[in-house]
Amino acid sequence: MIDALIVFLPLAGAILAGLFGRALGDRGAQAVTCGALVVAAALSVVVFIDVALGGNARTTELFTWFDAGSFELSWALRVDTLTAVMFCVVTIVSAVVHVYSIGYMAEDKSIPRFMAYLSLFTFFMLMLVSADNLVQMFFGWEGVGLASYLLIGFWYDRPSANAAAIKAFLVNRVGDVGYALGIAGIFLLFGSVEFDQIFGAAADYQDTVLTVFGIEWHALTVICLLLFIGAMGKSAQLGLHTWLPDAMEGPTPVSALIHAATMVTAGVFLVCRMSPVFEYAPDALTVVTYVGAATAFFAATVGLTQTDIKRVIAYSTCSQLGYMFFAAGVSAYGAAMFHLMTHAFFKALLFLGAGAVIHAMHHEQDMFKMGGLYKKIPLTYGLMWIGSLALVGFGIPGLGVGLAGFYSKDIVLEAAYAAQSAAGGFAFWLGIAAALMTAFYSFRLLFLTFHGQTRADQHTFDHAHEAPRVMIWPLYLLAAGAIGAGAIFYGFFVGDGRETFWNGAIFALSDIIEEAHHVPFWVKALPMAVTLVGIALAWAMYVWRPDLPAAGARLFRPLYLFSLRKWYFDELYDAVFVRPAWYLGEGLWKAGDGALIDGVGPNGVAAVTRSLARRASRLQSGYVYHYAFAMLIGVVALVTWYIVTAGG
Amino acid sequence: MDTASLTTSLIAALPEVFLACAGIFILMVGVFSGARATHTAMLLSVAALVGALVLVLFGPSRAAFAFNDLFVNDGFGDFMKIVVLGAAALTLIISFGYIRREQLDRFEYPVLLVFAVVGMLMMISANDLISLYVGLELQSLALYVVAAFRRDTLRSSEAGLKYFLLGALSSGMMLYGMSLVYGFTGTTSFTVLADHFAGQAAAGQELWLGALVGLVFVVAGLAFKISAVPFHMWTPDVYEGAPTSVTAFFAAAPKVAAMALVVRVLMGPFGAWVEQWQQIVVFVSIASMLLGALAAIQQTNIKRLMAYSSIGHVGYALVGLAAGTEAGIRGVAIYMAIYVLMTIGTFACILCMRQKERMVEGIDDLKGLSKTHPLMALALAIFMFSMAGIPPMAGFFGKIYVFLPAIEAGLYALAVIGVLTSVVACYYYLRIVKLMYFDEPAEGFDRPVGREVGAVIAGTAVLVLFFFVAPGPLVDGAAAAADAFFAVAG
Repeated sequence: MIDALIVFLPLAGAILAGLFGRALGDRGAQAVTCGALVVAAALSVVVFIDVALGGNARTTELFTWFDAGSFELSWALRVDTLTAVMFCVVTIVSAVVHVYSIGYMAEDKSIPRFMAYLSLFTFFMLMLVSADNLVQMFFGWEGVGLASYLLIGFWYDRPSANAAAIKAFLVNRVGDVGYALGIAGIFLLFGSVEFDQIFGAAADYQDTVLTVFGIEWHALTVICLLLFIGAMGKSAQLGLHTWLPDAMEGPTPVSALIHAATMVTAGVFLVCRMSPVFEYAPDALTVVTYVGAATAFFAATVGLTQTDIKRVIAYSTCSQLGYMFFAAGVSAYGAAMFHLMTHAFFKALLFLGAGAVIHAMHHEQDMFKMGGLYKKIPLTYGLMWIGSLALVGFGIPGLGVGLAGFYSKDIVLEAAYAAQSAAGGFAFWLGIAAALMTAFYSFRLLFLTFHGQTRADQHTFDHAHEAPRVMIWPLYLLAAGAIGAGAIFYGFFVGDGRETFWNGAIFALSDIIEEAHHVPFWVKALPMAVTLVGIALAWAMYVWRPDLPAAGARLFRPLYLFSLRKWYFDELYDAVFVRPAWYLGEGLWKAGDGALIDGVGPNGVAAVTRSLARRASRLQSGYVYHYAFAMLIGVVALVTWYIVTAGG
Repeated sequence: MDTASLTTSLIAALPEVFLACAGIFILMVGVFSGARATHTAMLLSVAALVGALVLVLFGPSRAAFAFNDLFVNDGFGDFMKIVVLGAAALTLIISFGYIRREQLDRFEYPVLLVFAVVGMLMMISANDLISLYVGLELQSLALYVVAAFRRDTLRSSEAGLKYFLLGALSSGMMLYGMSLVYGFTGTTSFTVLADHFAGQAAAGQELWLGALVGLVFVVAGLAFKISAVPFHMWTPDVYEGAPTSVTAFFAAAPKVAAMALVVRVLMGPFGAWVEQWQQIVVFVSIASMLLGALAAIQQTNIKRLMAYSSIGHVGYALVGLAAGTEAGIRGVAIYMAIYVLMTIGTFACILCMRQKERMVEGIDDLKGLSKTHPLMALALAIFMFSMAGIPPMAGFFGKIYVFLPAIEAGLYALAVIGVLTSVVACYYYLRIVKLMYFDEPAEGFDRPVGREVGAVIAGTAVLVLFFFVAPGPLVDGAAAAADAFFAVAG
């Protein structure tokens, strides 16, 4: 009952605000949706205590959804520790974002629509994480995609927002094809799409081979890779990541909710949820590790040179998702979920803090047109510091004291090292390199935005002002999470209490996390060391000698451009996919559709119809004797017909 | 004929007798009250039609056969009589304002229509070639006159004259066909003919070619009345030339009555010859659907458009008859009832097309109607969508009920052509919707529209739109009607 309330309260809010927005008014819509989310968040905490800490996992069946032949499917809420964690993350961040939006969107024309979309998104996300079978999860999966499309394109009068929304939708379709095929494969193999049955039978199928196109494939590997393609699309992993930076065209609260804390982590959630299957597909896990590590590194390098404050954070998100994936790839699912949880807090904090900066600067997003803002907006400044320190994983390795990111990022890197495999080593070293760059770009962002002489025009700078309280207060909650979530939950997620905490919600053949606790000290200290180097570099280049970046860019111009142009992914895709598709489409349209199909088909038929119509109406001469003649011809024709057929 | 059987017969034909007496009474009222009696006469006529309707529905139980088997009562007749009486009453109601404005308000108008309806009821219940002919001629004579009712305009007189000349020709052909049938079989009674042919078919005998030729002539005469191709030529000219209220009447009640007659003749006496007359019906049906779809595209006058539209609809209804099965006949009955609803609604809208106290008939005059008369535009759009056969309007179900039996009977080509032509026909129906909703308004129509017309438009629109909610009564009624032929035959 309480589970259903958590899931359906946001839907109720969305329906009320969406359909009756005009009657409720802006205030009413905000009150309804925020109220629903705050209640849902409070209930989620209750569920978390009951399920995760009390070990009381359960599945509630709502109703039967399909019943076609052997394919029976119920709509049920599966609430175990994994789901309870996601419930908390989703509803708390969503509640914060809802409240924050009251201030951020205050001047918008269509507030009820925005609030309805946010709540609708939250509903689909909750549906996704509480699914007890793959089809229901797919429903939520597509639902968040839809809500994301609507929210990215919320300012639909901006062409760039529309383009970004369509791009996000299309790139996600590529992933969704993989996901859908994965579901089909699972049904083919297991004869069911329900998690309980799949997980129970996964071990039996570990040696099954599928013969497709005359080649034998390891069945579980194929299925897991297909599912992972879906996860890559949703979680913006290397190759399918191009939509995420563009998605920053949406309002900033949307970026914080969807593109930092919730939807983009759905892929990680999927891999963790399917861990009992992935565990029997070691090759697939290796791929996950490589892709995750490569993404972590790639996105960090791009983050170094971006100038748009939100795009820096977007690439940072992309990079951190890579960390989560390679943690899952080395079977450290607990570590992946732990990083997912802490990341949700500090990344949402960073996004919303950036939103406060943008709000203060009258929608200026270019960091090179900011600077010196710390005097003007000290609260935001402090919050951004907390978020950045949490992101870079600041802490003292020997004592084990630090901000949230310190605990989660370190356990992820330690797990990668402890895996003792080629993939693990690859992930570890790329992760270390990414940590260095993370520190650099995070503090570059801080220094460029808040320190030094302002580069903003005088008018904007003079009018920069702290955000209203309704925007600042929610951030305190996130800041508290960014500071304390790591220390508090370390023991549960990856520490000694992990067995009882997870209670079978995730499954690993070997306990990699135990080994991660026993890695050499230098492995534990290295991330912090490179982080300090990164911070020092950023300080040197943007505070001490502000002329250095330009010199560096000149000196390493190819490298600089490579990073600035995001490794030319968009250009590559444009050349390989978009243009050929466009040329093909145009060719088919003009030659195939226009000339051939329209010419012969619709237009040809229409022309024939028109000429027939002209002739038919010309028969109508108006002379009675013509009419009589036609009747007689008709009779004669019919009689002749019968005499010929019956008589002959 | 003794008194007892005469009484039984008179009771069996009570609705017809009542309506005939009412017609004479209204004529007397008109004659003795002078020129101002039109309004009274109109009201009385509507009351008489409703009274006859009540008698059909709730009157004393009527014997199956009467007047020495010249007259038959069955479920099919009752269903069709209800549709005819309802259609006639509604078309009279919507013409109240029209005949007053157009100075057509002479009391003979409703009287003639009442007599025409008596003729229709007679022919629906005909059980003999002779009684059929008498009913048909009573109807036709009345209609010849009303077609030319506006004697002072050339178009109306021309319409009446054309209708009369061609009608006479068709009557002649039908009489000739009847004489051939009588000559070969020696009887004019449907019952005897049916037994005769059924016996002949059961014995495996060849049927007489002469009787078959007679059947062709009879069918040709009947096809003229339902304006099926190639006996349709009068329709556009008469629809355009006749006063609009008369056109509305033409498009509704006589069509149903004539269609009922076609069904009765083909399914009754010639029921055993399904395979023979099926060929005629298929040919006529295809030709009607094609011409109705194609020729209407070129029209600019809405009344001419409706003429071609009605030709097409007759083609669709004949698809059900061509199947020759119980489901097919049920389809015909349903289709005609729905057709009448749509047609009356559309003509009620057309009767509202007045600009500066003058009637206009151009399709272009409907431009931008959604802005000047949003409700009327909505209703007309519903009728157009329904005629085009777009779900969930009633017209869609009408088409389903005739196409499915045709497919079950193996008439695939017929069904396919039917569907294709209805796609073509969509063009001109939807063009009207486009004109109303997407073009800049022309000059708005005069107000007020008139309460009774508004009520008819609203009522028919609601029925057409929400038919799918409760199709039960109509479908069950039509099923009972179709049962009449098969219960007798079986």
